[in-house]
Amino acid sequence: MSEAFVLARTEDKAVAHGMVTEELNAWYGRMHALRNINLTIEPRQVTAMIGPSGCGKSTLIRCLNRLHEVVAGARVGGKVLLDGVDVYAPGTDPVDLRRRVGMVFQRPNPFPTMSIFDNVVAGLKLSSRQGRQRMAEVVERSLKQAALWDEVKDKLNQPGTDLSGGQQQRLCIARALAVEPEILLMDEPCSALDPVATMKIEELMRSLREAYTQVIVTHNMQQAARVSDFTGFMLMAEDRAGELVEYGRTDQVFTNPRDKRTEDYITGRFG
Amino acid sequence: MSRSRLRTRKVTNAVMLGLCGLSAALAVIALLAILSYTVGKGLPAIGLKFLTSLPQPVGDPGGGIGNAIVGTTVLVALACGIGIPAGLLAGIYVAEFAHPRVAVVVRFVADVLFGVPSIVTGVFVYGLVVVAMGGYSALAGGIALALIMVPIISRTAEESLKLVPNTLREAGLALGVPLWRIILSVVIPSALPGVLTGIMLGLARVAGETAPLIFTAFGSRLNYKGVDEPIAALPLQIYRYAISPYADWQRQAWGAALILIVMVLLASVAVRLLTRKRSSNLGR
Repeated sequence: MSEAFVLARTEDKAVAHGMVTEELNAWYGRMHALRNINLTIEPRQVTAMIGPSGCGKSTLIRCLNRLHEVVAGARVGGKVLLDGVDVYAPGTDPVDLRRRVGMVFQRPNPFPTMSIFDNVVAGLKLSSRQGRQRMAEVVERSLKQAALWDEVKDKLNQPGTDLSGGQQQRLCIARALAVEPEILLMDEPCSALDPVATMKIEELMRSLREAYTQVIVTHNMQQAARVSDFTGFMLMAEDRAGELVEYGRTDQVFTNPRDKRTEDYITGRFG
Repeated sequence: MSRSRLRTRKVTNAVMLGLCGLSAALAVIALLAILSYTVGKGLPAIGLKFLTSLPQPVGDPGGGIGNAIVGTTVLVALACGIGIPAGLLAGIYVAEFAHPRVAVVVRFVADVLFGVPSIVTGVFVYGLVVVAMGGYSALAGGIALALIMVPIISRTAEESLKLVPNTLREAGLALGVPLWRIILSVVIPSALPGVLTGIMLGLARVAGETAPLIFTAFGSRLNYKGVDEPIAALPLQIYRYAISPYADWQRQAWGAALILIVMVLLASVAVRLLTRKRSSNLGR
């Protein structure tokens, strides 16, 4: 895969983007889902969120791109700063934010009525941004970034759902990359995939590191250890609210955790 | 599992399967009976003159349902022009945008409207439109039929939209696409087969409605003169001919009935053919 394609982004080549959460809280109706999360997403690094099921990892990253509030009755408190600017400030456009902070979901979800080509450019076509003219270029660039180009370049007009699970997930990644986000969030992107497809996606994450800031939620500790630079460990407290127990460089968290609960989780005593 | 219990289960299974098959057969037989009887009695009346000429007084030779065919087409087109947008927008609103309590109310109202007898709808439109306009008209007929169509289309559209997985909406949102655009370009195309079925059901239903037309379109023995004039319609013609004591008219009624069934069938097939390419691949 050519380096040139990774680096040939039409915007923000030199700027690295990071996020910080300050006392982030989230509720689903009355249920407190996240408590006082203070987290730093370092630019051009891969940050992994690990923890047992239900600890709030997915809720946390959905707060980062304001997808949490789409659920009826859901609420957010605290601040989330993207390059120093609070994305929850009144007057911020969540639609624009979500273009800048992209997301890939656990189950691949290509648009069923669209071809592979249309899927990749869906974000561009549907949000009335410029770029209509060079769509074929965008498709090739995004599919190459997602390591899918060679497998689909001869069948771009076939339905997006005709691909295997792993290919569909890479298509979704290509679709997310096509709008050139500043940050890429991935919510357990490999949990619905077989080991070979998982390996390809992990390689992909490594190759994207230079151009993108990535956050990955995973329940697979080994995966977190393999791909990430920073790791955050979360736990569900007694009142079912998720808390950030520990956060630091991946090698430190996994070899020398500061909190006993982290150590217990990592060594498999629970979770 | 004990032998006798196994035997009981096998027997029950066979009996239930038999009942299911019997019910299916009965439904098909009923449909075939209606169709074949209509075809048998109606086909002799069909001819080019029958399809194109105006009704004649009893006793005069010839006469046909030309104006009724045009009239039904006009009325159904009016009903679709009013009813499809209203029904679709209502269905989309309830499925995608409405606050849950508002959705409950709108759904309830739609269900009540669906249950209103069509003759009552006709009388209502008589009081509202015919009196205001000073006379019967195709427009009043179209409005009455639209009122019957709207709840059918709205409910089926709503149910079809709700079947589209939420993951698709989230995928669109995560790309920074506004919600209305996602609904227009992703959700509705995915729900299209169901939505179209609802539209076809509505169309088939109103094409055969007679009672509301009695008070609104009224019927006519003349050619189409405009939407503000009374207009002929196949169901009205069938009704008036069928209850008449004249054998010739009764024969024509059968022919008209056959034509009506054929028209609705052709419309259904045409819609399915035209939209075949856009069928969704939600199966995967």
